[in-house]
Amino acid sequence: MTTLTLARALNEGLRRALEDDPKVLIMGEDVGKLGGVFRITDRLQKDFGENRVVDTPLAESGIVGTAIGLALRGYRPVCEIQFDGFVYPAFNQIVSQLAKMRYRSRGQVALPVVIRIPFGGGIGAVEHHSESPEAHFAHTAGLRVVACSAAPDAFMMIQQAIRSDDPVIFFEPKRRYWDKADVDIAASAADALPLEAARTVAEGTDLTLLAYGPMVKVAMGAAAAAREDGRSIEVIDLRSLSPLDMTTVTASVRRTGRCVVTHEAPVFGGLGAEIAARVTEECFYSLESPVLRAGGFSTPYPPSRLEEHYLPDLDRVLDAVDRAFGY
Amino acid sequence: MSVETGGSSAAQEVMPAPLASAPAAAAGLPPEAGAPEELIQLLTPEGERVEHPDYPLDISARELQRLYRDLVLVRRMDTEAIALQRQGELGLWASLLGQEAAQIGSGRALGPRDMAFPTYREHGVAWCRGVDPIKLLELFRGVSHGGWDPAEHNFHLYTIVIGSQTLHATGYAMGIQRDGATGDGGETGEAVIAYFGDGATSQGDVNESFVWASVFNAPVVFFCQNNQWAISEPLERQSRIPLYQRSRGFGFPGLRVDGNDVLACLAVTRAALRAAREGQGPTLIEAFTYRMGAHTTTDDPTRYRLAGDLEAWKLRDPIERVKAYLVRSGAADTSFFDEVDAEAGRLGAWLREACRSMPDPSPRSGFEHVYAGPHPVIDAERDAYAAYLDSFDDAPDGTPGGPPCGGPPGEPSLPAVAQARGTGGFGRSGEAR
Repeated sequence: MTTLTLARALNEGLRRALEDDPKVLIMGEDVGKLGGVFRITDRLQKDFGENRVVDTPLAESGIVGTAIGLALRGYRPVCEIQFDGFVYPAFNQIVSQLAKMRYRSRGQVALPVVIRIPFGGGIGAVEHHSESPEAHFAHTAGLRVVACSAAPDAFMMIQQAIRSDDPVIFFEPKRRYWDKADVDIAASAADALPLEAARTVAEGTDLTLLAYGPMVKVAMGAAAAAREDGRSIEVIDLRSLSPLDMTTVTASVRRTGRCVVTHEAPVFGGLGAEIAARVTEECFYSLESPVLRAGGFSTPYPPSRLEEHYLPDLDRVLDAVDRAFGY
Repeated sequence: MSVETGGSSAAQEVMPAPLASAPAAAAGLPPEAGAPEELIQLLTPEGERVEHPDYPLDISARELQRLYRDLVLVRRMDTEAIALQRQGELGLWASLLGQEAAQIGSGRALGPRDMAFPTYREHGVAWCRGVDPIKLLELFRGVSHGGWDPAEHNFHLYTIVIGSQTLHATGYAMGIQRDGATGDGGETGEAVIAYFGDGATSQGDVNESFVWASVFNAPVVFFCQNNQWAISEPLERQSRIPLYQRSRGFGFPGLRVDGNDVLACLAVTRAALRAAREGQGPTLIEAFTYRMGAHTTTDDPTRYRLAGDLEAWKLRDPIERVKAYLVRSGAADTSFFDEVDAEAGRLGAWLREACRSMPDPSPRSGFEHVYAGPHPVIDAERDAYAAYLDSFDDAPDGTPGGPPCGGPPGEPSLPAVAQARGTGGFGRSGEAR
């Protein structure tokens, strides 16, 4: 075991992928000499060369569009979008091209492209640097959407995403980049939990709390606090947002009878809405209360001096838990 | 024989004049086509062969005949497809009328290993790449989104969102570089051609692809068919300078070729592909042509352009000049033209029959190939919809192919009832109620 930050775990995972498959490429703004603004690709260009770790011109549509062309040629590009709010110039290429080309070609074309996006708030950033745009992509057929929450998963999931024959939108919780954990960097990604599987990170009997990305840590804190009140909360790290691992979720909710979903993204039209609908449909006779959501407000992401109010914190998650027990 | 270029003068009155004073036009082309030294032409609209110092073209009578045959057959394919749309057999058709020379000239310039990235109008290039024309009709009939294998033909799927494919082409070219596959310039090497139109030059993706191709020196040829119209918007709404000059700002050469001259398009594209394979990077080719038909079958060009323009461009027809040259040079006789006409007739008849007898896809097929493997949501929706269809009284038990969604993939499984109604697919359920 090696103690790594989440950022470094991603770096090690990328390094492993570059070593394992000569077709893997990294492309993005500042990913080369600088190693990326968050240093996720630190030293990779030095070790793998400019042909494999490519500092691109500054245009997101161009990054994704040329990655599609490279994938058509047999490469497995990993694109870095510098910040969540910068992905929209590439939206057409992602939604209309990357997601749909397999379907358009009736399975004759595969586009194994990974798009890494640091997402979420909590770092005191300026506008467009704290967003959670995952629902846009989860709503798009043809994409896989995943979010890692901690270093061990980050190391494995980035390798699994690169091996996927489907395009993967890979969300990285930027405010957790510096969180450390023990990572087994000798382990094989082939033995890891499948990319589309959720993980139960804390077992409990009274309520199922669903989270992903940066909110998993908050959810764990909420579960620990609730335990002091005598409530046993099961926390599930969804990991995959499309497809959702509803098997794990519904099995848990049938046992606990209550469900709260939390994410930083606005609750309106967010992942929580889809999960609530599915849990209600599949677990109706097991539910003691409606599925509740604790998320960002349905406003644009506010100036950073307000973000502590916008982001669902431990107290707001616990408030939702309390409400669930109030029925 | 001289051709009046005044046909466009009426249009000039209502459009802003070009910024640069237009010099005397190249033979048979409107003033905005530019001076002879600006516009590359090897065959005049009257069918006279002219030489260009930079683009010598040694072409045999047999090759000329082949080009003529290509031009006639793709025009016939196009005419037939428009008719099929009018008869309700196709949902839409994007006509290539007037652009045959640009497409056949550039398409026949491609080496077997070169890769082409088309728009949705490149039926002539598809023809050159050996794509079954019926696959094009499939797309416009609504049976598929494009049924050919891009790798088999080195011809990518049609891209409908304007300009998106230029980035794919550039990325593909970067892959060729990484594979060390450009070769030494000959046809054993590989290069890419990206097709787009004058409207697309305003798109960010096209400009980004110019940046990428330039800074990475990618082996890609940007082939812009300037057909003067982006649906209803004239070129003046896209650019204040000739499009071929755009490339200068990006740092690579641009050329303007008579897009209705199949020989010039062939020679210029061949040279640009060779330069790309030799490591000289990208070239922008502006094929100066004219969309003689509507944008698509839903369009009505009489609302926005003058009939006189079309009449003037008819005198610059891409096929007539080849025919005139073949006759004048003695490279073909009447029997050759008769045979090509007869072949075109056979092609038309075959297309009509093949289009009309094309079955609708099975309802199940709409759920396939979204992802590489099984998917919990899509699989569940597919199964639920199959059960829903099966719940109707006229569920086709015992009909060939079994239940509509229940059969194994690939088997014909359209309900016989639905097929007889000419419906089937996703529109059926409402009708069955």
